[in-house]
Amino acid sequence: MYGSLWRVLPGPVWLRILMVVVAVAIILFALSTWVFPLVDGLLTPGQPVTVDP
Amino acid sequence: MAGVTDIFSLLPGEPEPERRARREPEAPEGEPTGQPASGPSSDRRPRDNRGRSRSVVRSAIGVAGELLITAGVLVFLFLGWQLWIQGIALNNTQTNEASGLSQQWNASPVGPVAPASTDPAASTGAPPADGSGGVAPIVMAAPAETKQFAVLYVPRFGADYKRTIAEGVDAKAVLNAGGAGHYEQSAMPGAMGNFAIAAHRDGWGSPFIKINELKIGDPIYVETQDGWYTYRYRDTEYVTPEGVDVLSAVPQVPDAAPTDRLITLTSCNPLYIASERIIAYGVLDSFTPRSAGAPAEIAGLTGKGA
Repeated sequence: MYGSLWRVLPGPVWLRILMVVVAVAIILFALSTWVFPLVDGLLTPGQPVTVDP
Repeated sequence: MAGVTDIFSLLPGEPEPERRARREPEAPEGEPTGQPASGPSSDRRPRDNRGRSRSVVRSAIGVAGELLITAGVLVFLFLGWQLWIQGIALNNTQTNEASGLSQQWNASPVGPVAPASTDPAASTGAPPADGSGGVAPIVMAAPAETKQFAVLYVPRFGADYKRTIAEGVDAKAVLNAGGAGHYEQSAMPGAMGNFAIAAHRDGWGSPFIKINELKIGDPIYVETQDGWYTYRYRDTEYVTPEGVDVLSAVPQVPDAAPTDRLITLTSCNPLYIASERIIAYGVLDSFTPRSAGAPAEIAGLTGKGA
């Protein structure tokens, strides 16, 4: 999968590496900005810290 | 020839000649792999029909493996985000919200004659039983659910530590915002009895991560519209998650009449596991009305944004 993606990328190796770095940065930004907060809200209340009967 | 760790050697009908050809290109029986020697070998697709179905299986396994690895990386990224990145954002929000509350109270102070209710002891003019003979604490009325009504300062948790305290301990409505929540059945700040709050210890800003580092006598300041309540840390207790008696007016003695003005901090224990609860108690030391200004130790912190 990732091998195919790598071969699809055009240009010399340094340009491909640059593109991959930029893509990973965009993905990480999108995850932390939108996806992870959404998942955090969907998960069960999380770690309980209260005393309950 | 195939190593025991080679997963592909376990597949039925593995084309031995092809494998040999891959490792020893000069072998006479080797089938053409149809690809130059460069590139990851797992993605080679032999052109002959005999190897095609097997190569599809291998590609599928390869893709599935990469997807599983990706999923694992995502889970760790989420955990890291939850522990650190989200905490930074929540703590900034908390600091700004706490400052906003202080500024709002300073701008429109509630006069000493305006408290919605006063403690019985305060109304009779008696100083706090354990106080230093200072001003009798004003006790505010219980606020609406989820409303932020107080600011918590604990210098032991950090020189610029301040968090909001909202009504209720519901995780999603209150605690996951990174502040503390007030047990609705417990007393209000400064009141005779037990002012009990809860907060996360790890994740969601980790407001109580250093709850186990409190030293006897450490100040715990609670600011409300009426002023500042200075509690002093007294002791710590570990209980089971069902140990609700820590919230009693006299902790662990349900139905007893209170004689002290306590603060109770509850959080999870052990760190990252939360099979128990850690409980930290403090006793009211003094009350500073808003007209007198903030206690010296947190004077520079009150109302200051992130």
